[in-house]
Amino acid sequence: MVLKRTALRRLLALLLLSQVPTVFAAPVTLESIAKRLDAIEAENKNLRSENESLKTLIQQADQKADAAVAATETIAESSSGMQKLANWADKTTLGGYGELHYNNLSGKGGASDKDEIDFHRFVLFFEHEFTEGIRFFSELEVEHSIAGEGKSGEIEIEQAYLDFDLNDNHTARAGLFILPVGIMNETHEPATFYGTERNPVEKNIVPATWWAAGAGLHGQLGGGFSYDAYIHSGLAVPDSFKIRSGRQKVSKAEANDPAVTARLKYTGIAGLELAITAQHQQDMGQGLVAGLDDGTLIETHAIWNTGPFTLKALYAMWDINGSAVKVDGSDKQEGYYLEPSFKVSEQIGVFARFNQWDNKAGSSTSNSDKEQWDVGINYWPHEDVVIKADYQYQDNENGEDQNGLNLGIGYQF
Amino acid sequence: MASGVYQTQDSFLNETFNDEIPKSKVVWINKERRKEIEKILQHRPSFIRVRYWQQGETSAWVLSEIGKTKPINVGVVIIGDKIASLKVLAFHESRGWEVKHDFFTQQFQNASLSPTKQLTKNIDGISGATLSVRALKKIARITLYLNQQIHEKISTKQTYHPITSSVA
Repeated sequence: MVLKRTALRRLLALLLLSQVPTVFAAPVTLESIAKRLDAIEAENKNLRSENESLKTLIQQADQKADAAVAATETIAESSSGMQKLANWADKTTLGGYGELHYNNLSGKGGASDKDEIDFHRFVLFFEHEFTEGIRFFSELEVEHSIAGEGKSGEIEIEQAYLDFDLNDNHTARAGLFILPVGIMNETHEPATFYGTERNPVEKNIVPATWWAAGAGLHGQLGGGFSYDAYIHSGLAVPDSFKIRSGRQKVSKAEANDPAVTARLKYTGIAGLELAITAQHQQDMGQGLVAGLDDGTLIETHAIWNTGPFTLKALYAMWDINGSAVKVDGSDKQEGYYLEPSFKVSEQIGVFARFNQWDNKAGSSTSNSDKEQWDVGINYWPHEDVVIKADYQYQDNENGEDQNGLNLGIGYQF
Repeated sequence: MASGVYQTQDSFLNETFNDEIPKSKVVWINKERRKEIEKILQHRPSFIRVRYWQQGETSAWVLSEIGKTKPINVGVVIIGDKIASLKVLAFHESRGWEVKHDFFTQQFQNASLSPTKQLTKNIDGISGATLSVRALKKIARITLYLNQQIHEKISTKQTYHPITSSVA
């Protein structure tokens, strides 16, 4: 075996020698070539051994990297940002929104001018999951920046309720919650709607934002239908019979006469929402206003979105009984709006809205019919940040109009 | 409400690959990919690798993204460069559950990625489920983007630059 290898080396050496150009000055012997080959062989052996070691090291590094990644992902999945600070934060989430408004409106026919800049809303959400089936949700709001005696702002708890899942499709709710009525009562983060100010129909007729204390159920019925049904604290409409002034905001609220609200919603086709809400209250004035008895609200709306186009339409109507409210013409209060919009791009959208409402629609002589046109643009520099500009034009029956420009900036997180 | 697991990952993969699930692979989120994914998510991704399963032209992905406060787990099957199906595997939000329904997820079929990394098909939203819809659209875009990346890897495999590796 040794002889064979030696013979082979010599033959190889001879072949190599035959290729050596004559320019090589140093003499080349068979021994020196054999030595070199031995050296190469030894080096090759070393390299192979090193290669094996490297392979093992790479495998170990892969395993370490996998372990590190798994650990990192576990940490990242369990919490993020500030919420990493404590274990309980895994089950507690913080969110919020806010909006700053600038109004430059000219009054005519006796209406006042409005040149105002206002941090209209600053809101924080806190949500906590006690178990997978029991959750708490709250919304704490500061309106108009400063609250207190003689200040124009308010601090409000708009939501603070518990949800208890009964099964996969039905949930019981109790506490203080926003009522399921209208388009923007429940979803009113500024990045989700057009126009600096919320639309006047839902503000004056619904009246958004409208919350109450109570309990009930919400859930899915299948086939794209869902429902909400609650019994809750009612309005305490004063003798001006203005619905909006009847909101008690669950602050030591008169609770002689509760109200019931039920909604049926259909979202079984992509881009389409159809909903109808009915509410009934046995005594709209909580027994405190003579000539004001029971009342019923019917609200219905449709949202249709296809490609860049969206159309929103809403109608709401109060039918109130009572001798005094009938004389005032406030026994019927109603309004509607139509809002087509178009997304020019992911970041820019334009809209127009026609609003018509009347808080004394029961009277033919009250000059209380109001109309407002809004046209404007939303610009989203980030999906959760919006800059708005719109122009409002009023054509109110009493001739008292406020027309002009509204600018706003809003965020949500 | 209606929270829970609608389909397990294993069941989703068995369905996709007719009970013969290929070995999973991983695509690492390097600096360049992190940048692209951050643009899509509009926040930094929490993951540094994404697992996927591939057999021929078909790849399956399972990703999750927060809707409002809870992760929505989504399975995406891509054939070639188009989405063959997208399914909500688990949903834990208290609102926006409509996105789990076929009438919504079917819209993603045949969507691919435009040069600006947008979906080539319009996805009609669901009012009141804006954040869940947004989460699903982001997952669709990310999986299509990563699918592009693994195919680029195959075409440039001659230069040894491992961007994917097998995971046992």
